[in-house]
Amino acid sequence: MPQLKKAAKKSLKAQENALAETNKQLEILNGGVFADGELPYFKDKIAEIGHFPLRPNKLEVLQINVGYMCNQVCEHCHVDAGPDRKEIMTRETMEQCLEVIRNTGAHTLDLTGGAPEMNPDFRWFVEEAAKAGIQDFIVRSNLTIIRANKKYYDLPEFFKKHNVHVVSSMPHYTRGKTDKQRGDGVFDKSIKALQELNAVGYGMPDSPLRLDLVYNPSGAFLPGDQAAMEKDFKKALDEDFGIQFHNLFAITNLPISRFLDYLIASENYEDYMYALVEAYNPAAVANVMCTNTISISWDGWLYDCDFNQMLDLKVASKVKHIKDYNEDILNDRNIIISQHCYGCTAGAGSSCQGTVA
Amino acid sequence: MANSYYDPADLRKFGKITEWSEELGNKFFDYYGKVFEEGALSAREKSLIALAVAHVVKCPYCIDAYTKDGLQKGITKEEMMEAVHAGAAIESGATLVHGVQMMNKYNKLSM
Repeated sequence: MPQLKKAAKKSLKAQENALAETNKQLEILNGGVFADGELPYFKDKIAEIGHFPLRPNKLEVLQINVGYMCNQVCEHCHVDAGPDRKEIMTRETMEQCLEVIRNTGAHTLDLTGGAPEMNPDFRWFVEEAAKAGIQDFIVRSNLTIIRANKKYYDLPEFFKKHNVHVVSSMPHYTRGKTDKQRGDGVFDKSIKALQELNAVGYGMPDSPLRLDLVYNPSGAFLPGDQAAMEKDFKKALDEDFGIQFHNLFAITNLPISRFLDYLIASENYEDYMYALVEAYNPAAVANVMCTNTISISWDGWLYDCDFNQMLDLKVASKVKHIKDYNEDILNDRNIIISQHCYGCTAGAGSSCQGTVA
Repeated sequence: MANSYYDPADLRKFGKITEWSEELGNKFFDYYGKVFEEGALSAREKSLIALAVAHVVKCPYCIDAYTKDGLQKGITKEEMMEAVHAGAAIESGATLVHGVQMMNKYNKLSM
């Protein structure tokens, strides 16, 4: 049996782990069972149904990563986020993003991180972005940040004031599973934060203040049926803590960054890739997230998705940076793919908004 | 050939049994898939039954498969262990209930 690792306290980058290098990750994803011909390359799989090269549909979502700093060091994190990460979006880059937000055809703005709230200009950015009147304004909050420090205690009110749609991670409705993936004490803080969001109206059955939860499997297995999981989460969180929320998004862990490190260290990598390829669902391909999303990094570079951002695979377009942003030129591109993309086409498919098929 | 009767990697090849008998193999997998769909019992309940039976029939492939299936369905380790005990209780009960046969035979043969 492989030695079970203790929850990491530092990012792979701070540990100077070889997998902090994106080239190393891509080498693994393109080699091994794929180079041996045991498993088919993603490119060949989507070519079978006429989707290679993968092309964007209409742009619907602008996802902005405002920095990799986070108060948590989750074992599965594809961002390799943590308190030691100093990559933070500057106000100047935020200004460039605002210019894009005011003119985009996208209906959804999705702020992520790290813990986006830790960016010193976060509140200013939310206030300015909310003025653009975008239809759905999401902030991905890890919940514990709301309880991390007094200066964050009023976040539920702040989110409410700007009609922000809160999407929060919650790996399980039991303490044990949550703390194992995200660190000791995370479960209790998350429960408290959810209760505070409920208290201002978030997640209540008829409330327009949207509160959705994200479920990531806490280990080397794929998420189960999203609707069945949602039912279990709703029942348990209501019975045990009186907590209400709207939807549960079941998201597959993609084999990159810290989750890739975990898969390799626990000797689960090959089995996991087999499971992803076996669960490949051609019907999910047409709606994968990268076909309607542009991901923007803390330093303004443009990517097909947050995962490609973490692999430093910039868009294959003349326009590569927010300062040169042009939606028409960007939408006329081929999406960059590798074997991690099997994570988004497994089963009912997976995206930042849950299943797609 | 592997040096042992059980190789974890063989589980991935389960589907290949259809190669040597396509009709029967396909009928089996169709039936198998149908059995585990949501029905009068939920897929979650059926997964726990399968886990208990996997232990009773001592199938290492099935134990791996239904432990993973349980994790995917959000089943807790406490629920899984209780299911294993349910299987174990029936199995030991099945042994012990034969004790009545032993007692009957003993009494019949004894003066």
